Amino acid sequence: MEIRTAFHKKLRQIQGEILAMGNMVEKAIEQSIEALKNRNLDMANRIITDDRNINRKRYEIEERCIQLIATQQPMASDLRNIICILNIITELERIGDYAEGIAKIVLMIGDEPPLKPLIDIPRMAEKTVDMLHRSLDALGNHNAEAARQIATEDNEVDDLYDQVFRELLSFMIEDPKTITRATRLIWVAHNLERSADRVTNICERVVFFVTGKMEEIGASKY
Amino acid sequence: MNINLELTDKKAPVSGEVRMSTKNLSLYYGDFQALRDITLNIPENAITAVIGPSGCGKSTFLRLFNRMNDLITGVKVDGRVELDGINIYDRDIDVVELRKKVGMVFQKPNPFPMSVFENVAFGPRRHGRKNRMELEDVVEKSLKQAALWDEVKDKLGQSALALSGGQQQRLCIARVLAVEPEVILMDEPCSALDPIATLRIEDLMKSLAENYTIVIVTHNMQQAARVSDMSAFFMMEEDRAGILVEYGPTAELFTNPKDKRTEDYITGRFG
Repeated sequence: MEIRTAFHKKLRQIQGEILAMGNMVEKAIEQSIEALKNRNLDMANRIITDDRNINRKRYEIEERCIQLIATQQPMASDLRNIICILNIITELERIGDYAEGIAKIVLMIGDEPPLKPLIDIPRMAEKTVDMLHRSLDALGNHNAEAARQIATEDNEVDDLYDQVFRELLSFMIEDPKTITRATRLIWVAHNLERSADRVTNICERVVFFVTGKMEEIGASKY
Repeated sequence: MNINLELTDKKAPVSGEVRMSTKNLSLYYGDFQALRDITLNIPENAITAVIGPSGCGKSTFLRLFNRMNDLITGVKVDGRVELDGINIYDRDIDVVELRKKVGMVFQKPNPFPMSVFENVAFGPRRHGRKNRMELEDVVEKSLKQAALWDEVKDKLGQSALALSGGQQQRLCIARVLAVEPEVILMDEPCSALDPIATLRIEDLMKSLAENYTIVIVTHNMQQAARVSDMSAFFMMEEDRAGILVEYGPTAELFTNPKDKRTEDYITGRFG
């Protein structure tokens, strides 16, 4: 017989909040690449404003967690769940900041002519968002195995990053006039690479929540 | 590459020797089996907490260690309870001597209706220490160890019953300390105390654990988590016999219990 129903209900609500926050962050990454591809400065500006909502959400969730710790003295998996959430919201907020960073680069690029059609950068974004989405599913489903698997997929994002870097480097060598534009795209790719690293941190936290073991999974190349 | 991080040593909160232990211990009240097959080691100079739902045999288990259960008719004990390797249920054991070595503090403070001084001097006197100077030393030392000296040093002649509940409980601890025990058993020592008095007793337990082996039974899980080094979780089986479900370092048991039943109990998923 469940006896701490009120407490566990609150914990489930926080779980719901973290999924909502995850959606906001996924959307920010997706839209930042949309804005880059389509030179959509309005969209870029909106991402920058909306990042405040992501930050606000993070503090809201943090406060709820603190209240639960202070008033409910959570133990065992409940305690690990809350600690895991506290860590994950920091990672999510940071990924949101990377999306905001990409939006700012979009504003910098403005209406400069495109250097080349974007292929690998959108792929990096797609992969990162997919990993992020599944990592939060793994949290919801208490699935440590899935979390470990997702973390290893960071290699794919790293490989794409290498490819983008090499390609842009060759542009710059060929024609130094492209240096500014190429460098900006490298910044974008770097933000995505870091976002995927943050997802592996989320995965480690999910493993901790489910198993009670702290594991560092597949330390990133970067 | 997966790296396992063991940042804190949750495995070994205590390095000491085993001071007391039970081996395949079962206890019956007449036909009713209250404890079933319990094997557990109590490390020295550490605090071991016993937790579990009401009626799971925690207090019965605690009372085994100084044979307080002997006072109940119809009690039968199977298996061994050892103090420093000696079975305390052997026939030639002097129970008075045993209870000197293994002292006990109860749920409700139970000072004798006499002065503060006499309460603490009572035990040593019974054990043959008559010299006034010597008794004064023992009383002062015990009250200091029980963190009560500063509050009562000017009223040693006053009735112990005039002290507050928290002070009375510390006096009872001083009374146990006065006979220089090796092990102190505590049966819900704070359940009749207010939160501040409770924290003082917990703090006192921590300092006493440097020199004494302490076993505490508590209903208060947070108290067990705060104060103990090792925790044992008991529960009842279908026939209401108490069993040991899980025993391990407190930091481990309250963050990552091995047994689902422990997990369910300490997270309040069953009661």
